[in-house]
Amino acid sequence: MAMVREPNSNSRNARVPRGVRVKGRGGVKTYDIIVIGAGHNGLTAAAYLARAGLDVVVLERNPYIGGATVSRELHPGFTYSNCSYVSSLMRPEIMRELELSKYGLQIIPYEGGVTMTRDGGYLASYNDHDMNRREIARHSARDAEAYDRFAIETARQCRFIKPYLMQTPPDPASFKWRDLKGMMDLGRAFYDLGEEAMYDTLRFWTMSCTDFLDQYFETEVVKAHKAGSSIIGTALGPSSPGSAYVLLHHYMGEVDGNIGAWGFARGGMGAISSALAQAFQAAGGEIRTDAGVAQVMVKGGKAVGVALEDGTEVRGRRVVSNMDVKRTFLKTVDPKDLPEDFLRQVRNFKIRGSSGKLNIALDGLPDFPSIPKDCPARQGDLHITDSIETMERAYDDWKDGMWSREPYLDMMIPTQLDPTMAPPGKHYMSVFVQYVPPKLADGPWTPEKRDAFGQTVIDAIAEYSPNFKDLILHVEVRTPKELEDEVGLTEGNIFQGELTLDQLMFNRPIPGYAQYRSPIRGLYMCGSSCHPGGGVMGAPGANAAREILLDVGGWR
Amino acid sequence: MTAAPYKQPLLETPLHARTAPLCLTGDWAHWAGYLTVNSYRTVEQEYFAIRNAATLFDLSPMRKYRIAGPDAERYLNRLLTRDVGKLKPGRVGYAVWCDDQGKVLDDGTVFRFGPEEFHVYSQERHLNWFLDSALGFDVTVTDVSEDIAAIALQGPQSFSVLQALGLTGCAALKPFDMAEFTIDGLAVTLSRTGFTGDLGYEIWTESTHAVALWDRLMAAGADHGILAVGSAALDLARIEAGFPVANVDFIAAEQALRATRRRSPLELGLGWMVDFEKGHFNGRRALLAERGRAAGYRLVGLDVAGNKPARDALIYHGRDTVAGFVTSAMWSPTCKRNIALATLKRPFETGNQALWAEIYVKKEGKWEKVVAPCRIVERPFFNPPRRRATPPLAY
Repeated sequence: MAMVREPNSNSRNARVPRGVRVKGRGGVKTYDIIVIGAGHNGLTAAAYLARAGLDVVVLERNPYIGGATVSRELHPGFTYSNCSYVSSLMRPEIMRELELSKYGLQIIPYEGGVTMTRDGGYLASYNDHDMNRREIARHSARDAEAYDRFAIETARQCRFIKPYLMQTPPDPASFKWRDLKGMMDLGRAFYDLGEEAMYDTLRFWTMSCTDFLDQYFETEVVKAHKAGSSIIGTALGPSSPGSAYVLLHHYMGEVDGNIGAWGFARGGMGAISSALAQAFQAAGGEIRTDAGVAQVMVKGGKAVGVALEDGTEVRGRRVVSNMDVKRTFLKTVDPKDLPEDFLRQVRNFKIRGSSGKLNIALDGLPDFPSIPKDCPARQGDLHITDSIETMERAYDDWKDGMWSREPYLDMMIPTQLDPTMAPPGKHYMSVFVQYVPPKLADGPWTPEKRDAFGQTVIDAIAEYSPNFKDLILHVEVRTPKELEDEVGLTEGNIFQGELTLDQLMFNRPIPGYAQYRSPIRGLYMCGSSCHPGGGVMGAPGANAAREILLDVGGWR
Repeated sequence: MTAAPYKQPLLETPLHARTAPLCLTGDWAHWAGYLTVNSYRTVEQEYFAIRNAATLFDLSPMRKYRIAGPDAERYLNRLLTRDVGKLKPGRVGYAVWCDDQGKVLDDGTVFRFGPEEFHVYSQERHLNWFLDSALGFDVTVTDVSEDIAAIALQGPQSFSVLQALGLTGCAALKPFDMAEFTIDGLAVTLSRTGFTGDLGYEIWTESTHAVALWDRLMAAGADHGILAVGSAALDLARIEAGFPVANVDFIAAEQALRATRRRSPLELGLGWMVDFEKGHFNGRRALLAERGRAAGYRLVGLDVAGNKPARDALIYHGRDTVAGFVTSAMWSPTCKRNIALATLKRPFETGNQALWAEIYVKKEGKWEKVVAPCRIVERPFFNPPRRRATPPLAY
């Protein structure tokens, strides 16, 4: 692959053959690119840049890589997916181009899911169309057929959005050719949707999930089963306007072309970051762990490197931040280097944390008497919230500065399919919890409060699984505080910023700065704060890399 | 013993009592006159069990021939292109055999049980050819297809399943090794072979033991995600492994009406299995002559752009020169690539020319043509280290 050179790089360096270390002034090495944070987007960007021939270093604060795409062994023999726990949105283009399969990445799709009801019943979902229809028909024959309409209208919207995931959002206020063309393409794709779908698009992007589902379904449990996707990671209730989009966000992924399917990364979500890291290193990239960045160094309005927490400086021609937009610009950049307008908008960026997570090592498979033993949907996501009203009440607790007393849970037991995460016969259970506030009404989080939150969740599960408590060997409890302190996500927001229309597309993260550049020359953003947002997509990282390469090549 | 063909058009395999109740979809296939399962519930689930867990596949309809006698080695060296003398007892070899024109009749596996005893297993029927070839050799050729049942135990956890059965001795088996074992009193031959290109074993036993063996494997595999898989899922795995199948990726020479359809081992990319030094064998003269010149065709692996499987696609060089055709194609979930096996004509088989696959895709009732660039790549497409690791990994 041709080496991409900077147009302005000094001619002395330009003649040095590849592989020879080039020292900058004062004998300090200057990298082409410094990436702050070894999350999946930082590694994706780094891998693309290194493959383009650039000299790239990734600096990671923790002793391990992965960010929120991480797998750690906290109890002997058990591997957790400590934060993110399932994969669908990871763009297949990235897996293919970076050859992640070669580096051991395997996504195992799972089948459907189950919502258990208070009265001891259940509603399952299956990938097979007719199985699914008949399952819903057990609850309502009308809803069973409404599901077809729901599915096709959702799929239309996913088709509309999909091409934009791997594109830099066009800037509507710009008169550059690529932005004008981008806006025209967007308008054309919108027009091509046809009349009804055009109306639907606006509804989808602005409506509440409750209102949206009410257009199709009459049965509480059917609605509750669908609505879960609209609140995961979101500081909105199912009845808050804008929550319908979050539902769509969780539907637009795929596993091997099956739109909307989800899967486990074999070996835990850390397998994704591990494969990305190997692809990066195979292209000559360097990863430094235990290398937290204290500050981005700026000289004459241009980023020139970073200062680490231990005081050492790393020099680079360009700096790319995988951290969220608030952490990047409010904690790592000197405010003097930023325009006031920009800073104000960063401060106002919505990134409220709302989720917690329990990772549990189990001595055996917990029994859920509501679900038949041989039902394959047991291998999927399990829920115990059977009405939207319960979800809304759970959200009310969050608003009051308290974790939900009856939380919405997204439970998975990946070891039913993945043999690598626990010893044979034993199981790992991932429990995602909505809602958990970043700040409690009665003062800061303490270890006692964290454990009390964990107990609330365990008690809630035990109501549906009599043998669950007896099987527990180890529990990791994570509140938004742990997600902020350990992973670095501001307020513990899993998407690095909320997925509401005001913060999407060319408005994400900040209007006028949606093309991965910042007000500081040579400082870029590549995290989920950027378009198209969170969910372990890799798209922000890949899109950012493309923009950086345009700048490096002098094409823009 | 079996009913007249008109009464029972398809035979049941020795495992039918176990496979039939598991086949929830009614998706059956016909294989060599037997009723076999194409998919039990979903192909996707079965495919991923092959690549992630452990799977059982009813291999019983394979044709099995016992070749024994003082001349067995000499006979097989005459029949097959490989040097069977290099195959030690306890080893298995992949092999092809050719007609006098050096065109491939079939491929299969050769098991060497002892100095004078071999088994040859293949897809197609060859009793007639094998018996004719035995003229002048002191060997007996017996069709033992009905006597031996076979189960393929494949997948990254297959070794763990065998360990759960107490077969600790199998840890030493390298790929293409075989040995005799007893599983709860059932005598079996275990070979580290398979059609998935992954860690896996094939277990051979008397037909009357098949059901008992199946039950034990299923029980031992319960904690290892064991799943019965049908031909559809296996076919995906074998394409990823890059294995050609007779009468899919090439036509068995005996069955070809058109002489130009027959392929030599060199054209199939199996030249490494032809040993010109071992003395005379069927097709040697033709192959020697062919060796000197460039092959007319070559079976290759292709990486096709996009995600539309290039099934039955024609391969073009430039706008209108047909360079070849695809015989097997799929989107590979494990490689995350769009892969194909194709036959390319000279001079396009070298990979130096730009090639395009012309793929037809039906999108909501409308056929659309996709012209996807493709390039020749190494086979196997999927070749994990766990396939070779000895002792095998736990998963």
